[in-house]
Amino acid sequence: MGLLIKGGMVVDPSQALEDQRDVLIDTGRISALEPPGVIPPDGHQVIEASNLVISPGLIDMHVHFREPGEEYKETMASGGQAAAAGGFTAVATMPNTRPVNDNAALTSYILAKARQAGGPRVYPVAAISQGSQGEKLAEYGDLQAAGAVALSDDGRPVTNPQLMRRALEYARNFGMLIISHCEDLHLSGSGVMHEGLVSLQLGLIGIPAAAEEVMVFRDLTLARLTGGRLHIAHVSTAGSVALIRQAKASGLPVTAETAPHYFSLTDEAVRGFNTNAKMYPPLRQAEDVAAIREGLADGTIDCIATDHAPHSSLEKDVEFAVAAKGIIGLETSLGLTLKLVQEGVLSLKAAIERLSTAPARILEVPGGSLAPGAAADVTLIDPNLTWQVEVNKFKSKSRNSPFQGWELPGRAVMTIVGGEIIYTEGGR
Amino acid sequence: MPWPETQAIRKDMPVSFRRKDLLGIADLTPEEIQLILDTAVSFKEILTREIKKVPTLRGKTVVTLFYEPSTRTRTSFEIAAKRLSADTVNLSISASSVVKGETLGDTADNLEAMRPDIIIIRHSASGAPHFLATRLKSSIVNAGDGLHEHPTQALLDLLTVREAKGRLDGLKIAIIGDIAHSRVARSDIQGFIKMGSQVTVCGPGPMLPPYLEALGTKVSRSLPEAVAGADVVMMLRLQLERQQQMYFSTLREYARFFGLSLAHLKLAREDALVMHPGPLNRGVEIAPEVADGPQSVILDQVTNGVAVRMAILYLLTGGEPSGTAH
Repeated sequence: MGLLIKGGMVVDPSQALEDQRDVLIDTGRISALEPPGVIPPDGHQVIEASNLVISPGLIDMHVHFREPGEEYKETMASGGQAAAAGGFTAVATMPNTRPVNDNAALTSYILAKARQAGGPRVYPVAAISQGSQGEKLAEYGDLQAAGAVALSDDGRPVTNPQLMRRALEYARNFGMLIISHCEDLHLSGSGVMHEGLVSLQLGLIGIPAAAEEVMVFRDLTLARLTGGRLHIAHVSTAGSVALIRQAKASGLPVTAETAPHYFSLTDEAVRGFNTNAKMYPPLRQAEDVAAIREGLADGTIDCIATDHAPHSSLEKDVEFAVAAKGIIGLETSLGLTLKLVQEGVLSLKAAIERLSTAPARILEVPGGSLAPGAAADVTLIDPNLTWQVEVNKFKSKSRNSPFQGWELPGRAVMTIVGGEIIYTEGGR
Repeated sequence: MPWPETQAIRKDMPVSFRRKDLLGIADLTPEEIQLILDTAVSFKEILTREIKKVPTLRGKTVVTLFYEPSTRTRTSFEIAAKRLSADTVNLSISASSVVKGETLGDTADNLEAMRPDIIIIRHSASGAPHFLATRLKSSIVNAGDGLHEHPTQALLDLLTVREAKGRLDGLKIAIIGDIAHSRVARSDIQGFIKMGSQVTVCGPGPMLPPYLEALGTKVSRSLPEAVAGADVVMMLRLQLERQQQMYFSTLREYARFFGLSLAHLKLAREDALVMHPGPLNRGVEIAPEVADGPQSVILDQVTNGVAVRMAILYLLTGGEPSGTAH
């Protein structure tokens, strides 16, 4: 017996398909994709999807699930539930756990915890350098054999350009992707927000856009030198978008992501010393937001990833300068992206491409497609369901979202991984 | 009888002051600033009496909560509170004990549980007073937060200039020094601009952050240019540790190009005032003969500080002439 999703609108960028289709799932795979009524319902469990969008499962290639080490903020289980509620069928977890995921044993531990939790697929990203200390290369081959899909020293960016060069070179042996958190730590200094008028007025030390852009330029240059596969994480500035656009035009196979907060908020959100508007890179200015939107629209920025960074009140209900950086994003990402669709920045198909097909392609993992034979990772989206963000209803253990109270257009109503329903909205 | 003055203030009030807290100049309207200055003027008279005390805040409790070392600001607040007959408690918390100890929120909650009326806070984190203000019922007075604001300093500066010049509107104010790290500068720039003065800031390039012009100030790279024709020259204290952070080259060079000498002062108007929030680095940002010269109003600033802080405490407690307010 299979699972038949009937009456919905399939939006599948991998097949350039946006039409009424019924989807049959059998033994964890898409077994048929046909015009309405073609697939006989005989014996299948039927899911009525009229007025819903049937999307390939959403993939968030940049999350922080705090296990091991800071389980009070998030665990593989709670993070997985938050992801599922946000419509995500897969996530890539960043290595800055405690200890850092820089070895096969820890990668295996993370995967075991994810299996126990039974939520979305989990793809561990391992560290570029041992302990993310920026000194010695980690064991890329070993990590890959244990299940790591990419490498990053996210949150502790690689300062030494020689190390970045070597990492890009060595990762080529295993065909692994290097995900770079581009930040010049000397230039960002003791900065706690974007350097601009707001930082000047609030008396908070600023992080100039240049702190990101000089590193984007460095890493693009090193990718060109080495032929390594580079992915730029959480792009936040107009200058970075321009550099990446130029590199792509010159044929460099670089990819890039941005996070919903960089196309939704400016540094104005920090006013009142709102620690839920503190993250690195920081919220930038209106012209940066416009450039990020343009970059998403023209494909310079390949995908949307949340940088889901849970913190508790211990880290956030404090003075701004000492507050932890980062916000959660899994349960608002789809809604904020659909808001871009509503505002005419992206078509629905492009939005789903940025949230599903593109990250699958970049990480070279299953998903991102509803073509027969593909893994049955599916997200059902109600594009007409306007809802209000209420952080206390989040599945995440943490509440650090700047979007509390926002009205968002559309949300995931069902999340299916490998043919198993892992989330239904309101217990539908 | 102390009452007539305070009641006279009530009668002449152009606007009412209905704030729970004084967090920054940014929040204040020109009318509110005017009100505070006028109130301070009438309190200043008390300071000249033989018995410098009125019962205005009898029964009120004022706590000073200082997370940064400070002698003059805390003393100034304490004298202001005592002259109004408030009970004062001083808490100095060293930054090192904060690292091991309780959070700012917990400290604040504990203080609040003792029912103070006003908490005066100085803290190295910008926004710390705002953090308390949203959390506590007590009135919060910002006595300096990080690099953000030092509103009572700006108010006493405004009072000092208004007293000497008879007006603020149309005056040319030059503020010289480490603008980037100065909460005094941030509050003064806003205060003087709100009251109609023209402000020019000047200092070494690294100490002039981007977007200063957006605040409405002129930005000058040259001290002679900045002080030329000025009615007021305000020198900021140089923090010597900024040298290690690459904000200036050497003390010697700083003194030569960004310190106020007699020769520089001659470029300003003949009757220009010389101001400094203190404490002075004599021979660095200000030459001794300038600091001690006839144009210096540095000690008037200190005297006015007490009057302005009395006005703030008075207005925040509702301005009622008895201990039964709100």
